[in-house]
Amino acid sequence: MHLMEILSYGFIQRALLAGTLIALLCSVLGVFLVLRRLSLIGDGLAHVTFGSTAIALALKFYSAMSLLVSMPIVLLASLGILKLTERGRLSGDAAIGLVSALGISAGIILASVGGGYNVDLLSYLFGNILSIRTEEVVIAALLCLGVMLMLTLYYHELFAVSFSDELAKVSGIRTSFINSILVLLTALSVVLAMKLVGIMLISSLLIVPAATALQLARGFKVCIVLAALQGCCSVVVGIIISILSNLPASASIVMVNLLFFAAACAVRRVVHPKHSN
Amino acid sequence: MPGTVVTAELLSCSYREGMVLEDISFQVQRGDYVGIVGPNGSGKSTLIKALLGLVTINTGKAALFDISLSDFRDWCKVGYLPQSLHLVNPVFPATVHETVGLGLLSLKKFPKRLNRADNDKISKLLYELGSSEIEHKLIGELSGGQLQRALLARAIINDPELLVLDEPTAALDPETRERFYAMIADINRTRAVTILLVTHDSGAIGEHASKMLYLDKTVLFYGSFDEFCHSPEMSSLFGEHSQHLMCHRH
Repeated sequence: MHLMEILSYGFIQRALLAGTLIALLCSVLGVFLVLRRLSLIGDGLAHVTFGSTAIALALKFYSAMSLLVSMPIVLLASLGILKLTERGRLSGDAAIGLVSALGISAGIILASVGGGYNVDLLSYLFGNILSIRTEEVVIAALLCLGVMLMLTLYYHELFAVSFSDELAKVSGIRTSFINSILVLLTALSVVLAMKLVGIMLISSLLIVPAATALQLARGFKVCIVLAALQGCCSVVVGIIISILSNLPASASIVMVNLLFFAAACAVRRVVHPKHSN
Repeated sequence: MPGTVVTAELLSCSYREGMVLEDISFQVQRGDYVGIVGPNGSGKSTLIKALLGLVTINTGKAALFDISLSDFRDWCKVGYLPQSLHLVNPVFPATVHETVGLGLLSLKKFPKRLNRADNDKISKLLYELGSSEIEHKLIGELSGGQLQRALLARAIINDPELLVLDEPTAALDPETRERFYAMIADINRTRAVTILLVTHDSGAIGEHASKMLYLDKTVLFYGSFDEFCHSPEMSSLFGEHSQHLMCHRH
């Protein structure tokens, strides 16, 4: 099958478009999350999304409609993680672990009780971007626009809080508000990304492009641009490889992401040998 | 221009382990250079964090520029330099130029943007601090002294009226330390910036600061360094030998 022929299919076009938008969101947010040491929040929220999707399916909300149930639950869970961390009762990773365990166990119990919708639910474990529908692409585009607008408006505040919470506070920045914006935007992106790579691999979309950019970037803005480019390229290349080789799209995207990371580490070793260890 | 810059009134703070600060009262006037000294665990860092609203005050009051801390919004008047080793994530990808620019955010309204004049101001300040060569280096690539100068530039880029420094020379060699203290003294003199400096180095207090606050969970002494060195109460508290050791560099 030729590349141009592949690209002429509607479902491939939808997958590439939605995938690129979601990868853009996740990779840009990932830079802030990795630097705030909240890398695994994507994993935790994905598990909550699994639980909330089980609830949506139990209520007979399917496909794009399931987002109506998932989104409020995941948004609340993201704020819950933040509150547990901010009050100093739990460290960030423990708070994520706690909420994650709640989400996945609720999902499994509901799937077990519901029985009939197990197959639908299991598709969320590994994602299925090639089955993405037009309305889901539209939702992805709208959310991408909203999230990118918020990131642009609050860029300097997010940068300041990522650098140092303390210094940001003394600069008059409302750090709790900015942290809430960051986790809420992450929650929205995670719910969307479920369809793309599934909960098993979602954190790779958030973490790997950021980790790759951190190897090469000389400047904060440059880091964000590099992460976004790498995330988008990984999705496009991953989807094309998966179709040409008849491999699962989600795993192909993640493997391409990891290859970019390995290449960035190698380049860093050559260009900045002193700072490679 | 006279005026009270910092006020602490019967201020107390506690952590889970117990009381860290108890009944702290003092005032800092405009143009003062106050050195805060005391043994390890005496609450020096907690005191300045309480005055900046970074830790919760259990009882008592704190005010900046005569405005209660809970109502204070003029953060553009304040510059803060924390202990840098605890602060900087070595893989953080920001350049020195970008990091110094964060200090300008307190002057900006939403949506906060830096313009060409701001970028010129950053370059000019780094030049004045003798740090032009590090302007485009990553923050994680700097030596201890370079990092301190970069963070000092970040703290004073907004032309603050109050500069708060928490053990800023802890990671520096003696020569760099002396240069750093001279730089702070210069900022105090030429820009009339009020300085609040936490340090273990009582010699530096004697040389540069106009006042000294000796803290050990509560204020044991607040006055000039000369008054401290000639205070019979301090002699009886520390013993004459210890007092002499603290004062001998003066």
